[in-house]
Amino acid sequence: MTSQAEFRVALLDPHQTPPQGVVTPDGRPVFKRFDVYRNNVAVSLTEALETAFPVLRRIVGDAFFRAMAGVYLRQHPPRSPLMMFYGEDMPGFLQNFAPARSLPYLPDMARLELAIRQTYHAADAAPVDPATLAAQPEDALPRLRMGFAPALRLVASDHPVHGIWAANMAGGDNPAHRAETALVTRPEFDPLVDALTPDQGRVLSALGEGARLGDAVRLGGAGFDFGPLLTLLLQRGAIISLTIEEPVS
Amino acid sequence: MRDTGHIQLPPSPGVGYKPQHFTAIMGDPGPVGWLEVHAENYMGGGGRPLAQLRHLSERFPCSVHGVGLSIGGEGALDADHLARLKTLCDWLQPASFSEHLAWSSHDSAFLNDLLPLPYTTATLDRVCAHIDQVQDVLGRQMLLENPSSYLAFSESEMDETDFLAAVAGRTGCGLLLDVNNVFVSATNLGYSPQGYIDAFPLDAVGEIHLGGHDEDEDETGAPLLIDSHGRAVVDPVWALLDHTLARTGPRPLLIEWDTDVPDWSVLAAEAHRAAEALHRVPA
Amino acid sequence: MTKTTTKLALAASVATAVAGLTTAAQAQENVKCYGVSLAGENDCAAGPGTTCAGTSTVDYQGNAWTLVPAGSCESMDLPEMADGTDRMGSLEPLDRDLPQS
Repeated sequence: MTSQAEFRVALLDPHQTPPQGVVTPDGRPVFKRFDVYRNNVAVSLTEALETAFPVLRRIVGDAFFRAMAGVYLRQHPPRSPLMMFYGEDMPGFLQNFAPARSLPYLPDMARLELAIRQTYHAADAAPVDPATLAAQPEDALPRLRMGFAPALRLVASDHPVHGIWAANMAGGDNPAHRAETALVTRPEFDPLVDALTPDQGRVLSALGEGARLGDAVRLGGAGFDFGPLLTLLLQRGAIISLTIEEPVS
Repeated sequence: MRDTGHIQLPPSPGVGYKPQHFTAIMGDPGPVGWLEVHAENYMGGGGRPLAQLRHLSERFPCSVHGVGLSIGGEGALDADHLARLKTLCDWLQPASFSEHLAWSSHDSAFLNDLLPLPYTTATLDRVCAHIDQVQDVLGRQMLLENPSSYLAFSESEMDETDFLAAVAGRTGCGLLLDVNNVFVSATNLGYSPQGYIDAFPLDAVGEIHLGGHDEDEDETGAPLLIDSHGRAVVDPVWALLDHTLARTGPRPLLIEWDTDVPDWSVLAAEAHRAAEALHRVPA
Repeated sequence: MTKTTTKLALAASVATAVAGLTTAAQAQENVKCYGVSLAGENDCAAGPGTTCAGTSTVDYQGNAWTLVPAGSCESMDLPEMADGTDRMGSLEPLDRDLPQS
């Protein structure tokens, strides 16, 4: 009997001999024939990671990325058949991957690249008409709650995560060091990545958790101007519902 | 001939759909009469993949071809994955749903390859139980595809053709006959591809696949063909197709090209060749 | 910030934000379906034969991997990394640890 457990272990560990009972047509043990399956698994998962994390790959280089993918795919084989989401353990993996330790922004870059793919595949939602927002009475604004598109993602970082991403994708200047929160949205079918300040990130994160607008903007600190963030959210079609909490009578 | 109600795709050439061909296909599909998509690529919540599929399905009959259900797995089917398949099929209402005689998941790990299984009474019972479950959940008949094989199992008790005939007989599923897989497996395992076709339960065939393969050899110098789907279909496989169609009559005929995907014109030329093969067959 | 100033500031923000949108394009109604999907598609193809990817693993313990200069972000200012390492370079394992292809 050749168990699938045995087959799987030998697939992912080339130091193992192929499982008992898998043979050539004339009944001899297999070597290269089993390697076809080993190769299918390793190559297909490596390619999935290469296309999933183009900026990580660019930062560390092709050779490093392929070698790292070989380690990753054996520690973290996919847990679901949906290859479009493969790599969800990459941020934690990079956190503990000694050869990458000197680039401390890599885990946040992995989070951002995961977020971009989640955004690409997220459910569609129609944005609110900005006129509806403009029509809200002034008195009601602090009690306003906003619902956001399923495609919206926030990646808060101690590093210029948007700046590094943009420099690698568009070939722009390398960013100065600062903390940034990346906002990922999908006005139509292609994800867009924008930079938020950490204050804007905190306010938007609170709104996303259902906070009232009046409470959320206080997290931005004294003098926080909600206007630029709101403009961006409206331009990106990220707000899909508005509700006003009735005042306690 | 037995019930052929399982054939809902047209007996014309189809192609495996790739997003880079969207504009070309919508503009001029040439001889292509239907499209096949890999189920797992359309299991997101929305966005461009589902929008494209909705547009394509308004124009072409569609076949949903799963590559992740692990029907030959030792363990239970992944209920979450089966539910996702149901969601997709309920939404798209495809003309056909098919999967593979293979396994790809073990415990919680998905290995992203179509892995082989021995053909025994025990594996037959398991595969039939899984297919019964799939057909119950989806509320439709499915097609099961013959695999490409690179090795054999010493414990196998029956030929692949007998195994597939038993599965079709017991579950009522149809079969997807991949003629390139037959050629690859027959070469790798040393039997006659024509003999395989002649032994195949051809009246259960609801669809035929064609694709390109790579040539390699094992450590003894014996030929080892790899089912790469990265090249044009070779002449001996076209000849095996003619041998098959002469026995089945016209069937939905799919060109698969998954790696090094070429421009649409190259794929359309393969579809033209498939159309010629179908025209040579009396209906 | 008092509740009144919050309210006034919000009102001003909303007015400015919405007014600023009048020239910005609203979401297009036409479906822009064309575009290549992002990453990680499933297919049923086999990989390229028996190349080394399936049969080589890289041991990353110890000093097997090393930092070498080059790559992107060379000039990025990362003050908290001022530990003497050549942190701005890209990472590459030593050649001897690479899979032999």
